Amino acid sequence: MSATRAAAPPRTPAPDAGPGPAGGRRVPTLLRHLAVAAVAALLLTAVSYGLDPFRNFQLATVAAYLCATAGLTVLTGLNGQLSLGHGALMATGAYTVAFCQTAFLDAGLTGGWWLALSLAAAVLAALAVGAVVGVAAARLRGPYLAGVTLAVAVVVPALTVTFDGVFNGEQGLSVPVEPPPAGLGPYFPYERWQLWVAAAATLLALVLLANLVRSRYGRTFRAVRDDEVAARLAGIHVARTQVLAFVVSAAGAGLGGALLAVLAQSVSPGAFSLTLSLFLLMAVVIGGLGSLAGALWGAVLLVVLPDLTHTLTEQFTLSPAVAQRMEGNLPLAIFGVTLIVVMIAAPGGVQGLLARLGRALAARLPGRRRS
Amino acid sequence: MSGDDLLVVRGLVAGYGAAPVLHGVDLTVPAGTIAAVVGANGAGKTTLLRALSGMLRPLAGRVALAGDDLRGVPVEQLVRRGMAHVPEGRGVVGELTVDENLRLGGLWRRDRADATRALDEVYQLFEPLARRRRHLGHQLSGGERQMLALGRALVGRPRLLLLDEPSLGLAPRVVAQTMALLRQLREATGLTVLLVEQNVRSALSVADQGVVMALGRVVSTAPAARLRDDDDLRHAYLGF
Amino acid sequence: MDRFVFLTLDGLSRGAVYAAFALALVLIWRAARIVNFAQGAMAVATAYVAYSVSAATGSYWLGFLAALAAGLLLGAAVDLAVMRFVDHRSPLNPVIVALGLVLLIQAVLGMVYGNEFLPAEAPFSRSALTVAGVAVLSPYDLFAFAAVGVVVVGLAWIFTRTAVGLRMRAAAFAPEVSRLLGVNVGGMLTLGWALASGVGALAGMLVIPTELGLHPHAMDLVFVSAFTAAVVGGLDSPPGAVVGGLAVGLLLSYVSGYAGSDLTPLAVLVLLLAVLLVRPGGLFAPVAARRV
Ligand SMILES: Nc1ncnc2c1ncn2[C@@H]1O[C@H](COP(=O)(O)OP(=O)(O)O)[C@@H](O)[C@H]1O
Ligand SMILES: [Mg+2]
Repeated sequence: MSATRAAAPPRTPAPDAGPGPAGGRRVPTLLRHLAVAAVAALLLTAVSYGLDPFRNFQLATVAAYLCATAGLTVLTGLNGQLSLGHGALMATGAYTVAFCQTAFLDAGLTGGWWLALSLAAAVLAALAVGAVVGVAAARLRGPYLAGVTLAVAVVVPALTVTFDGVFNGEQGLSVPVEPPPAGLGPYFPYERWQLWVAAAATLLALVLLANLVRSRYGRTFRAVRDDEVAARLAGIHVARTQVLAFVVSAAGAGLGGALLAVLAQSVSPGAFSLTLSLFLLMAVVIGGLGSLAGALWGAVLLVVLPDLTHTLTEQFTLSPAVAQRMEGNLPLAIFGVTLIVVMIAAPGGVQGLLARLGRALAARLPGRRRS
Repeated sequence: MSGDDLLVVRGLVAGYGAAPVLHGVDLTVPAGTIAAVVGANGAGKTTLLRALSGMLRPLAGRVALAGDDLRGVPVEQLVRRGMAHVPEGRGVVGELTVDENLRLGGLWRRDRADATRALDEVYQLFEPLARRRRHLGHQLSGGERQMLALGRALVGRPRLLLLDEPSLGLAPRVVAQTMALLRQLREATGLTVLLVEQNVRSALSVADQGVVMALGRVVSTAPAARLRDDDDLRHAYLGF
Repeated sequence: MDRFVFLTLDGLSRGAVYAAFALALVLIWRAARIVNFAQGAMAVATAYVAYSVSAATGSYWLGFLAALAAGLLLGAAVDLAVMRFVDHRSPLNPVIVALGLVLLIQAVLGMVYGNEFLPAEAPFSRSALTVAGVAVLSPYDLFAFAAVGVVVVGLAWIFTRTAVGLRMRAAAFAPEVSRLLGVNVGGMLTLGWALASGVGALAGMLVIPTELGLHPHAMDLVFVSAFTAAVVGGLDSPPGAVVGGLAVGLLLSYVSGYAGSDLTPLAVLVLLLAVLLVRPGGLFAPVAARRV
């Protein structure tokens, strides 16, 4: 699936957070990731001034999905566990944010930092649910794991109706969110502020995830994916590693769901259906299992493809009813076909194709070839 | 090549993936004879049989059965042309009963009456199987599995029988019985056998022709009796 | 007590449908080592075919037959056009491809028929008959029982008594050896998909009128219940699937009768987790797995 096979993992927990002995002049991983994130933040800030509000909002949505797809990438791509239940974990984050924001508002606690606290609470809640599912998941394999997480994806949204005193059934809850801080001026577009919030949270999450992927833990994740028996012989606690991967992944999904709820300023079970879970999986597969860059491609697709099909259906003069059916379903059909075709023809996904292309180009440039 | 040659192999190259294991094998088995392919472990004997029955697609060369080129003939068609392959490890289906395993060998046949007759004959030939009809394949002993695999091939009334190490894991007495049976079938029905064996002595004792393989090539072809007595060849390739 | 009798019988009739659906999953699992996560969506698609045919002809039964035929064809098509080309070395791959099929099928249905519930007709009355003052089964329940019974007996007959059934089992257990014995293994696999999908179509036709109606997602929860049934019985065991289906039907009936129907999805999830964590091979694994 991924081109990189994990090297034999270390037997002893070597403290290699800093530049390893082999990486003499290399920039420490954390610093490099922070630098990339800072550049991305600057770029996004600049871009946010250039785009109209709708595009800002779309970009913010990409950021929210990216949290979830990155989380799923860690789980499925790096650790080899399939989850069809990440929509439910997103829902956990989303409802937690709704509860927290409402509680803060009721308590008269206003100010931007309370939102950060709500998001943190959402991550913690998803993390807790993820730990429970993860403990079960660590004992399951292949189709069994897929079946259980599918059950989670189908059953959890239904719980909002079962306990509608708490979750308000199909209607859902509203998520009160403060306007942009007054310091940004009276005419600061709300969508730009949304993008800033979403991008800040996502970049932070990505830096943490990227570091994790590069760390000893990332290597154990891959070792377990590639060969459980070998990993166990190498002294890795397989079950613990799998639970950890699930928890990390759930945290990403929780943050993504929370951000979506903040962006929409509401949350309802319809937004976190089984279809969403399948979307996430599709995004991760198409982006390229196992690479965080692939997660970005997937998140972009999730936002862009429906938009494209909308534009496409507008080209034809359709009756309103037909147009509505098309708009709702054409993206799904395209996603489904893409998923099948990618799995059959290019299991490496977009990122895999790019990597192959990159290697092919590099091979053409003899001067720059590494010895 | 005479008209009586049932199996003719010329320049056969085959292997797993890109690197060939067989480097141009030539082989001729006249109808109604037993040919024993012998050679060290890893010489490519199993690979040869797999290439003959189409389980491995040959990279080059020609295989002809009774004059018909077998190129492009799907594996499942070969039984219909009279070739039966009892694979290494025998391929008894453990989840099926003895009776089901045997019937499987004749399912492809149009002549249902003769298929039933052949089944009865196999039960007569191998008494222990008749007593264990309803037992599952994985409940059988090694010797019984050997009978089952051989019997299943015979239900198809093959012209050419490819046997991969039938003696593997069997007691010497059972090996001797099996070899005697091959001889008997050859006399009675004109069956042609390509027998792959590491047990060189017993293979050469029943065979008409001996074929010595080493490193994916045929290094010697000779009447079995001469091979038995040729000390140089035996020392060089067969280690005894 | 009357209520208990009613819930038990009702649970068994629901369970019969889950049993059929679980059987479809087990058939494909045994033949191809794939859990067909698209089974629910495929069944819904055939139910829509029935809807169209019934609407055009005015006959429920023509629609019913059309659904079964569509099920057979769709199963064969999925194998020949899609699953045949999937790299099975990682068990994730067929699962992901099946999920792609789910998205595709549900989207196509949504485009053609819309995402609203359509009425699903039942060929017999669904109100329970009373025997000695106790409400028991409805005529429709009896029909469901009979249909599933015919299918279970028919499948058992095909697999244990016919040549093609023997070929299918051999092809599933030992594909290489089967080819050497003249079995068209690919053809048997396609046939297995067709049969399973036909059984799935039957289950869909039986269950949809008892739920909210026809909808692209109508089988999502049914799939989860049937998967649970298959796991309870052990994915490898057709008799296990039947028993598992009945067990899940009973459980859901009792839960919805005594605790409220809102809780049934949660009950399924809990049962699935409990079985997988306690007896991952299914309750009948050691004895049943190798038979039939
Ligand atoms: N499935 C396989 N994949 C790759 N190489 C194989 C495979 N089977 C056999 N080989 C190689 O082919 C060579 C010949 O093997 P084989 O035909 O089994 O020998 P023999 O039957 O004479 O002992 C050996 O070097 C072996 O390593
Ligand atoms: Mg061998």
